[in-house]
Amino acid sequence: MQDVKIRVHEANFDVGEEYRRLADDPRYGAVVTFTGLVRELEAGRLEAMTLEHYPAMTKQALAAIVQEAKTRWPIGRVTVIHRVGRLTLNEQIVFVGVASAHRNAAFAGAEFIMDFLKTRAPFWKKEHTDQGDYWVATKTSDAQAAQRWQEHNHITKKQG
Amino acid sequence: MIKVLFFAVLRERLGIGEVDVHDFTGSTVADLIEHLQQRSPKWQEELSQQDVLAAVNQQLVSHSHAVEAGQEVALFPPVTGG
Repeated sequence: MQDVKIRVHEANFDVGEEYRRLADDPRYGAVVTFTGLVRELEAGRLEAMTLEHYPAMTKQALAAIVQEAKTRWPIGRVTVIHRVGRLTLNEQIVFVGVASAHRNAAFAGAEFIMDFLKTRAPFWKKEHTDQGDYWVATKTSDAQAAQRWQEHNHITKKQG
Repeated sequence: MIKVLFFAVLRERLGIGEVDVHDFTGSTVADLIEHLQQRSPKWQEELSQQDVLAAVNQQLVSHSHAVEAGQEVALFPPVTGG
């Protein structure tokens, strides 16, 4: 689908360029973009991280998440970019951009895609710190963030 | 033959990213995991984690999902992208 752009690669991306592509359509009155960055750790010094993925599955998992978002909200163009390989502190990791006629659908769609990407897309982070290398453990808060959309869907259906 | 892939910490701990399983007679992902656990105490331990996720032909599935010859099965820890 030309309205959906999904990329998984080592190279960096330009948020301005991605925003302009999403915004370039008179049907859209709102564009929400999210950019995830490599941040420092609370304990120990992070030097870099390596993003591993399951190449045969990654793109279709992301596409399925975007399609699910499209069934829930009236959203238009969507872009999802996820980098893989070695990334250093403050580098961009992930970009999610959603264009829509109105802001509510764009905000909700972007948040939904990020929450499901974190629990269903096959990526794994390994942190390289001054204390050694560690695989990142999943956060309960991420599972809860994805879970709440089940309840949200239930509520919105009830409200018709 | 079933091609089984491992990722991230599971791949590192098992010391292998891919195995071909020829002698599988079970029917589900849970059966396949149990079959792989017979290989050694190490595999027994590493694959006993409750939180091992599975994908059959690149689709995330539950452990009760069916597995057949010719499919690609991936086993991996909970995902941590984003």
